[in-house]
Amino acid sequence: MPSRLLSVHDLTKAFGGFIAVNRVSFDVAEGEILGLIGPNGSGKSTTFNLIAGALAPSAGSIRLREREIGGLYANRVAHLGVGRTYQIPRPFRKLSLVENVALAAYYGQAGQPSRERAYQQARDALELVKLPSEDAARVDGLGAAGLKKLELARALATQPQLLLADESLGGLDEQEMNQAADMLSGIRDRRGITIIWVEHIMGALMRVVDRCVVLDHGEVIAQGKPQEVAHDPKVIEVYLGTDARQLQSDIAARTG
Amino acid sequence: MKYAALALLAAAPLLGMGNYPLHLLILCLLWACVYTSWSVMGRLGMVSFGHGAFMGIGAYVVVMGWNHYGLSPWIGTPIALALAAAVAFLIGYPCFRFKIVGHYFALVTLALSEVTRLIIVALRDQTGGSLGVTPKTALADVSYSLNALQFSSKLVWFYVILAFWLGGLWIWKKVDESMGRLALEAISQEEDAAASIGINVTKLKLGVTILSALMTCMGGVLYAQYQLYVNPDTVSGIGISLQMVFGVIAGGMFVRLGPTVGAAFTLLLAEGLRLWFGNQYHGLDLTVYGLMLVLFIIYMPKGILGAASGALEKRRMVRAGA
Ligand SMILES: Nc1ncnc2c1ncn2[C@@H]1O[C@H](COP(=O)(O)OP(=O)(O)OP(=O)(O)O)[C@@H](O)[C@H]1O
Ligand SMILES: [Mg+2]
Repeated sequence: MPSRLLSVHDLTKAFGGFIAVNRVSFDVAEGEILGLIGPNGSGKSTTFNLIAGALAPSAGSIRLREREIGGLYANRVAHLGVGRTYQIPRPFRKLSLVENVALAAYYGQAGQPSRERAYQQARDALELVKLPSEDAARVDGLGAAGLKKLELARALATQPQLLLADESLGGLDEQEMNQAADMLSGIRDRRGITIIWVEHIMGALMRVVDRCVVLDHGEVIAQGKPQEVAHDPKVIEVYLGTDARQLQSDIAARTG
Repeated sequence: MKYAALALLAAAPLLGMGNYPLHLLILCLLWACVYTSWSVMGRLGMVSFGHGAFMGIGAYVVVMGWNHYGLSPWIGTPIALALAAAVAFLIGYPCFRFKIVGHYFALVTLALSEVTRLIIVALRDQTGGSLGVTPKTALADVSYSLNALQFSSKLVWFYVILAFWLGGLWIWKKVDESMGRLALEAISQEEDAAASIGINVTKLKLGVTILSALMTCMGGVLYAQYQLYVNPDTVSGIGISLQMVFGVIAGGMFVRLGPTVGAAFTLLLAEGLRLWFGNQYHGLDLTVYGLMLVLFIIYMPKGILGAASGALEKRRMVRAGA
């Protein structure tokens, strides 16, 4: 039985009167890839923001290796070994690719490495995600897939034990999705990094995750092995519901 | 090339320069110090309209200490620097902690410089109010006093201020080469993402703000000791803060000598206006600054030196391509 790396308990976030995350609880085992899925607006990114320290929880606890991290500043959480990517990429556009990632290596680790070492780690991370690592490579000109890779490289350069990968962005085609899936499972297999992977469609994710947590309206409606979850009536209803709505709006758009 | 230019500059006053041109040259270097200090943080996305406060602290603390308590500027200066750092911290910490950036940061700092001016005016019994104040002279029967930091020779001031100017450029270079500069650029573009990769946003911003405030405060000390006269409007308040921003934007804040070019430009502009129109139109220079600031931002956002080096670069590329 692998040990527990992260334990989220009754995590709650209210924005004014609106409860975006409602008493969410789940555990993540060391070395696991956990899929966090759910339709648009179900609270996935908010959960990430809470774990990563971008937002402070309204209630509940987040324990990393039995240590409470809920409410710590984001930079502290990064030092404790949590890396995150953003759903909508947030690159430092005026810096080069290497500089983007080297900053993460330099500032993101508990003990600050030398500059040379940080740049070396940055190049390694860029190569791992298959982005150019030479000094002249710039952010402009990267497409949607490239920007997602940069997000990943930047998070990896902080040498995390836990990676929060928010991949739920349209704009990637089937092949790119599969590549992303393979890349994440490769990162886990070769580097032993535990991953929580956010996605709103189930497709590519189901192949590589060990377990899934399904959110709807900020609440956990199911969790378990991918096959179990995929056959859970509540999950089917949520997904059929959105698909049906999607279908209706598509039809409306075409005939309207 | 660089050192030859520097040697020429250092030798210039020895080559029989008149008193007035030397005075202008000293003032130019002095303002270059101040503008460089401003740019250390300004070019990293923190546009402050509050630097008049730090300059005012430098000038007034030292002069007040000397006039009222007989405190040598050698003691007054560290006190002024400590005060400037404290004020920078008090204004910076809440701003950075609560993510007050951009226009809002500019507004908060604008208030700071005006409050400083108002305090100086309000304490008129000690500070001389809006009429300004002169440090008690120590030069009654000597030509210099190290203790009072007063020198009758312009030449001495020239070299002192030249040294500070070079020091300012050196600090700029050190900041420029540091990882902190990259981190601050990252912060100015994507603050949350910067925090997510472990950057302590508040600490870095505070660090560079305090550095910039200390340098500006030092400029205020030098200004007061050189001019032997300070006035709330010439070292604090909105006017002087606006002038700093204008000078730096005019010269170009992304190249090391940009603020220096900006200092020369504003100084010549101010002298020109004074010669043309005399002293009768109060506030004319500010109006002209405001107008030109708008023009620069629209037509030459990288400033004079930035635009010039950009044009040179382009010509070189064209030639290399041909
Ligand atoms: N800062 C905020 N202030 C107010 N409401 C917010 C804020 N952030 C998120 N929300 C709301 O919380 C809900 C959950 O948002 P969240 O971004 O977590 O959803 P998500 O599951 O990531 O959705 P998607 O699949 O579209 O990315 C949404 O209704 C959203 O509008
Ligand atoms: Mg989301």
